Parts: sequence; C-alpha cells; structure tokens
Amino acid sequence: MSAEVSVRPAGPGMASRFVGMLGRSRELTLGGVIVLICAVVAIQAPHFLSISNLSQVTTLAAIIAIAAVGESLVIMTKNIDLSVESTIGLVAFVVADILRQKALPGPAAWAAGIGLGLVLGMANGAIITLFRVPSLVATLGTLSIFRGLDFFVAGGHEVNLADLPPGYSDAATQSIFGVPLFVILAIIVVVVAALVMRLTPFGRQIYAVGSNAEAALIIGIRSRLVVFLAFAICGLLAGVAGVLWGMEFGTIYATSATNVSLQVIAAAVVGGVAIAGGAGTVVGAAVGALFLGLINNSLLLLQMPQELLQVIYGAVILVAVSADALIQRREQRLAAQGAIR
Amino acid sequence: MTGAPVPGSGAAAGEAARPEAARAVVERRPLLQRASGLLRWETLLLVVLALLVVEGTRLSKFFLTGPNFANLVSAVMEVAIVALPMTLIIITGEIDLSVESMIGLSGAIVGSLWAAGIPIEVGIVVVLIVGALGGLFNGLLVTRLGLPSLVVTLGTLALYRGFAQVILGPTAISSFPAGFTAFGFGNIPGTTIPWTLIVFSVLSVVFLLVTHRTWIGRQVFAVGKNKDAARYSGVRVGTLKTALFVVTGMIAALAGVILAARFSSARADNGTGLTLVVVTIVLLGGVDINGGKGTITGVILAVFTLSVLQNELRLAGVSSEYQGVAVGLLLIGSVTAPYLARQARSYSDRARRGRHPPAGSAERGEVV
Repeated sequence: MSAEVSVRPAGPGMASRFVGMLGRSRELTLGGVIVLICAVVAIQAPHFLSISNLSQVTTLAAIIAIAAVGESLVIMTKNIDLSVESTIGLVAFVVADILRQKALPGPAAWAAGIGLGLVLGMANGAIITLFRVPSLVATLGTLSIFRGLDFFVAGGHEVNLADLPPGYSDAATQSIFGVPLFVILAIIVVVVAALVMRLTPFGRQIYAVGSNAEAALIIGIRSRLVVFLAFAICGLLAGVAGVLWGMEFGTIYATSATNVSLQVIAAAVVGGVAIAGGAGTVVGAAVGALFLGLINNSLLLLQMPQELLQVIYGAVILVAVSADALIQRREQRLAAQGAIR
Repeated sequence: MTGAPVPGSGAAAGEAARPEAARAVVERRPLLQRASGLLRWETLLLVVLALLVVEGTRLSKFFLTGPNFANLVSAVMEVAIVALPMTLIIITGEIDLSVESMIGLSGAIVGSLWAAGIPIEVGIVVVLIVGALGGLFNGLLVTRLGLPSLVVTLGTLALYRGFAQVILGPTAISSFPAGFTAFGFGNIPGTTIPWTLIVFSVLSVVFLLVTHRTWIGRQVFAVGKNKDAARYSGVRVGTLKTALFVVTGMIAALAGVILAARFSSARADNGTGLTLVVVTIVLLGGVDINGGKGTITGVILAVFTLSVLQNELRLAGVSSEYQGVAVGLLLIGSVTAPYLARQARSYSDRARRGRHPPAGSAERGEVV
C-alpha cells in the first residue's frame, strides 16, 4: 500500500500484512468496545436507543470526527495542533456574527468561516515550516492568540439563536433517510480523506514525512510543504467543524469549544493515529470520535457524574498510547528482521 | 559587507569555505556584527526589562512603588516557581503539559482536606506527596514505556484536572484560615516583599546552583545535547528524567497551594491555561525548545520581564483575555527570534564570502 515510499529490503508480504492487520484490529477493537458500550447502556437506559438520542450523539461525534480527520493528518506528520479548539470557536462566532448582521447570505457566510479556518491553519503551518518553530510551541501560542481574536470579535457579547436568521440551526437537526445530515457530511469527509491518504502521492508523503523525515527528504519529498499542507487542511476542517458547531449549539460565546482540542486529539490517538508519526488512519480517528461521544452520552444517561469525563478522556489517551507503544515495539522487532512497514 | 577577498587571508578563506568552520568566521566579522554576537540572550532580556520599567514609569506614577512591585511580583509567583523545574525538563528535551492541572488538583485537595477539618499544614504535606506521585506517574510512562512526554502529559493534563473536578465538583472552598491566605498575597510585615517572593528566591538559588554548579546539572545538559552519548558515558537517563518529573510535580503542587492561598479560593479550574505561561517564561528565558541549552538566570529574568509586561498591560487597561494574545505572541516570538537571528547571520556570512546561499540548503532536511 505504500510501496513507493517504503524501503523494503526483502520479504514485505507477511510483515506488512501483519502490521496492516494490527492497524485494522485497532478499528475493530474499538468497534467491538463501541458495540459493547451500546449494549450495556441500552439495557440500563432504554432511552439511549431513541432516534433523538442516537442522532444527537452521532451529530456531536460527527463534528469532532471532522476536526479529528484534520488533526490526524497533522499527527501523522509527527506534529500536533493544539489550536483547533480556538479555530472552531472563532469560526463559529464569526459565522454567527456575519449572519446576525445579515452581512452575507448563509452559504457565503459558511464559506467565509471555512476560509477563515484555512487561513488560521496556514498561519500555523507558516510559523512552523518557515520559522522552524516546533508545532507544540507554535500551536500552544496560537491556541491563545486565536482565542484572543475570538474575545476581540465577541467584545464581551454572545450570539443567541434568537438574533440569527430563522432556519440557521435547521441543518443540525435535518436527516436524510434517518441519518443526520452532519453524519453524512462527516462520512463524506472521512471517505474523501481516506481515499486521498490511500491513493494519492500526497497521502503517502504524509506517512513518509511522519515515519522518517530524513529518508523522505532523500527520496525527494518536500517535507516542509507536506507539513504546511497538513496544517492548512487541519485548519480548513476545523473551520468546517466550527460552522457546524455554531449550528448545533445555536448560542455562541467567545469561550465556545474550550477544551475541544483535547477531545479531537484523544479521538485521533484512540483511533490508532500514532503520536510518534507515520501511522494510523483517518477512519480510526473518526471511530475514535464516535467512541468518545458515546462515553460522554453514557455518563449522562447512566446519571454518572459528568466530572468523570475528563478522567476518562485522560485515561483513554494514556491507555491508547501505551497500546501504540507496544505495537510499535513489535513493528520495530519486525523491522529488525528485515522488513519495514 | 566586503565581497573582495582580503589579501593574505587565503588560508583563513579556505577554512571558512568549509561549513564546519563557521566558528572561525565569527572572529573576522565587522565590529557591529561581532558586538551582536557577543550579546547574550540574558543581556538582551535585561535591556528589554529596563526598557519596560522605563515605559512603566511613564504609564503610571504608581509603577515604581512598593505596593505595585508586590502586586506585579505576586501575580506570577506560581508560574515562576514551576518554570524552574520545567526549565530542566525542557533542557532534557521533554515537556510537561500537565502542570496546570496539578496546580488545580493540589488546590482542590488542600481545600477539601481543610473543609473536612484537617489542619492546613497536613494538607500541604499530603499535596506535595500527591504532586510527587503525579510527577512519578508522568516520568515512569515517559521513561519506562518510552512514550513521548507530549502525549503522556496531555493525557495527565486531562486526568489530573478530572480528579480535581471529581473531588470538588462545581463547588469552591473559600473559608481558609487567615494565616494561610496571608501566605498567598501578604507581605513580610513592615515591607512590600511578598512571602511568595521568598519561596521563589530560595528555589531560584537552589536551581541555579544545582543546574550550573553540580553533576546533576551537567547530566541534564548532557542528556539534552545527546541522549545516547550521555547514556554511554554512564548517565542514568531514565532515572534522571523521572526525578525531574517528580520534582516538577511537587513544585506544581506547591504552586497550587500558593494559588489557592492567593485567591483564597480552591476551585477545580484553578490554574487553567497556566502551562502556556510557564512554557513561555522558559522559552523567553532563552532555553532551547529542542533541549541542551539554557540558563536559570535567563529564566529568572524572563519571570520579571513577563510580570512587568503583564502589569503594564493591566495598567494600560488591557483585559486579561487579550493578555493571552500577548503571551502567545511572546511564546512564538521567543522561539522565532533566535532562529531568524541565526538565519540572518549565516546569510550575511555567506554574502561576505561572495557566495549565494544554495536554494535548497542543507538545513532543509531538519525535522520540523
């Protein structure tokens, strides 16, 4: 699957099939856990299986999943974007503000929001690739800077659903053949991203840069350009998530989407995207988002304290990366036997 | 500056042509450039700090008064003490993002123990132990499982904050004894020197000596410069890093106590966003984010630079939401500035040697 960028001395067949199986098994394992959670919660709280609850869970998870796809690309290049929550919050506010002032019609406002996300992502990418600032530092800074812009735009106010043109939030509750619109949108994003990762040179270059930047350079990959593009796409998708966020919640504050970065990163990590770069799939990240959304919903339905949510997110991240470390060690052992990826 | 070769410097020019002899070129730079090469980061910081103080006296006649000094200093003491061990963590090439949650957790524990009738002194001891255990957990995951500290401490950032929320819920504990809150925002009687400044000063001296005068400090730098070389020369890299995480956890817990005392309030969200400030102080202090380089002196100067800057922003009526922008810009700026300076220097060196920098210079290969 990644023949063009791999260094393969000998005997790729079995090893890559094994690693591929492990990669798939992460999604399968997670899928199994999801089914298990659903079963337990459905027995304890039958309301779980109601259409309204299921569509609410999946709609929220869809928003996180879209952002997690972008975050995955960044993490696969061995970088991180801590600023997605501020991008989501700022875009949600700006779009709502545009619509409140009736400055642009709906679709144009959405496009402006997505464009803003792209610009913010490009800003991150430029700081990181042009000035060689490590992504952790750069996005820790822009996390705060973008949020400051949000406060500036908001000026101490919030946008209520009542201030917005009628029908603003409709998309959040619409569904096609019973499937919420946002979920369909997320599936489209995930499928397109998965195809890009699998079939295009850009996708393979992302994996190559993340697994071995020096080797990638030697075979002629412009790694800084690839990293820049990954951040740009991450910003763009955070912009999409921001537009949807506004529609879902209706009332938007300057502090909207605070702490969402952690959820987005957790979704990617739980979905098997290796924080050390070079491995994972966008499908896994999306399944991870669904998993986290279900946990959130189960706590609510089972009337467990909401405070546990942060504990669970933290534990889930740590368990997932520990599992990743074990898989990676196995991979390295295989590599030592003469086959890489 | 001068593209023409200087007669009689053939040997030196030949030397300069080799990339690894860049150091030799430094000696022959024009006076102005040589002066800028001699300028250390700490000197620059000192100049910036002096300029900020001058600007402060212009902004308000109360700027240079004792009470304002106490005010601006005590506002940053929590992040200042955490910045000291964080400096060593970053020098070894790791990071600890979880400190802000440990600050919250420690406040929550001290507060709820006090509310349960346990003396505050006992609470502080308990909290320091919790901090050490939290740091140990970070350290073990990083060194024994070989996980990146970034993701481990991102996980514990959520975990420790979650524990604080489980302990306190949405409530706040604010009925602390007067002696305790005085430790947070009171001054030494008869002076305008805050108690917390004494804590910071003592810790600063300890870290200054340990970092720059002992084998521990030398090992920290050795690990940061070349982990494998350090290991082969007998440094127990894992143990050293774990110990640093433990110390960081303990000091973060102490910072949580100070913060709860200063606000006279323990809430589960105490300290949110402070990791950004801590990391900014460390990098503003000239510590290399890639590890191996940095001084405690620089970090101490950065503490005061940041506190004066924040104080002036407050005096100028900039609200705390926008101060985050300033801190974020400062963070990115402190990493970008040295890089741009290096870039400019190497460009002017190449220009002086009469060669254009190759389009795709060797640096391209750097991992971003």
